[in-house]
Amino acid sequence: MTSNETQWPLWEVFTQKDDGSPHEHAGSVHAADAEMALQNARDVYGRRGNVVSMWVVPSAMITASPSDQAGPFFEPGAEKIYRHPQFYKIPRGLKGF
Amino acid sequence: MDQQPQNTTEEALNAKFEARIAAGETIEPKDWMPERYRTQLIRMMSQHAHSEVVGMLPEGNWITRAPSLKREMVLISKVQDEAGHGLYIYCGTETLGVDRAELVDQLLSGRAKYSSIFNYPTLTWADMGVIGWFVDGAAIVNQTVLAKASYGPYARAMIRICKEENFHKKQGYEIIATLAKGTPEQKAMAQGAVNRWWWPSLMMLGPSDTNSPNTAELMRWRVKRKTNDELRQRFIDLTVPQADAVGLTLPDPDLKFNPETQHYDFGAINWDEFWQVVKGNGPCNRERLQARRDAHENGRWVREAAEAYAAKHSSPAQSAA
Repeated sequence: MTSNETQWPLWEVFTQKDDGSPHEHAGSVHAADAEMALQNARDVYGRRGNVVSMWVVPSAMITASPSDQAGPFFEPGAEKIYRHPQFYKIPRGLKGF
Repeated sequence: MDQQPQNTTEEALNAKFEARIAAGETIEPKDWMPERYRTQLIRMMSQHAHSEVVGMLPEGNWITRAPSLKREMVLISKVQDEAGHGLYIYCGTETLGVDRAELVDQLLSGRAKYSSIFNYPTLTWADMGVIGWFVDGAAIVNQTVLAKASYGPYARAMIRICKEENFHKKQGYEIIATLAKGTPEQKAMAQGAVNRWWWPSLMMLGPSDTNSPNTAELMRWRVKRKTNDELRQRFIDLTVPQADAVGLTLPDPDLKFNPETQHYDFGAINWDEFWQVVKGNGPCNRERLQARRDAHENGRWVREAAEAYAAKHSSPAQSAA
């Protein structure tokens, strides 16, 4: 097989910095398979021992929210101001809220 | 008939984009951006990535000849970091819709540029010290500002890189400080490296503002936040006291502190030398490109083996092609 000049698939890398923290997007790597993606991701994004867990996900498998309609897409959340505690009035001077 | 509405849409999108830039917002890969912004970023970011990759060569030259096991381990780590930095920035560049293989091809075919500084030879061990001190020092000055660039993936790669570059600069300065208080021969070796690398390091920060065609546009788009001359002045102001502290002199008789401007004045830069190196006529341009081409060719069997292995073990969920 001589297809080695084709581009290996892209994988998105997520790292967890310490126990209890969320996994956060770190970047991406090219790799022929998942095992190689993990090893490459470790060498690129975990060289300083600042990672306790890592995920790699094929970039093509990620579905993202539409960037050109970010306003309307997220509006149902933004307009419900009564979901925030600041919406409510309580008697002045009351402690413990 | 169709032309008019399309132009209006393009204009409206452009106005919205400029407003976002003016408001200091971060542009992300899926956001609309002018084609010129995209191509300028691809050019700038890929040149930066290539520089990291080619930058491994002058230092790789000394790995097997480092004076101690400690220095050898440090140098290997530093060179590995440079590879990592290249990968961070290639990954950021790809978010603009350009293929990694295309970027590598641009480098290997000689169509892409990379930093002029890496076309100078590393003649002594002291060069390892001066590269960390000057070259990584100048890179930090540049990249600290780029960490606030308007394009999100570029800015995030810079933040990651800046955290790692501080080790590079300090290990280099430590090598020089150690040589500077060693034997007369060791001190002379350090001074010699300083003399050879000082001017190329100043050139590395790019052509003077009066002769930098891309600066105005990149500043307006907040990709660059400081001009080449501003970055150069900052690098000089930071470095002069560091040279004084280890008893070495910088090879510029006109270098002196100006109490009025609160900056160091410095002598004329030989821009003819800079443009010669940029155009491919530096001491090592051909050698560097040949080394990259050889590395790519000699790695061919590894790529083939990895693909064959992946194909053999592929399950439906992890198909490699």
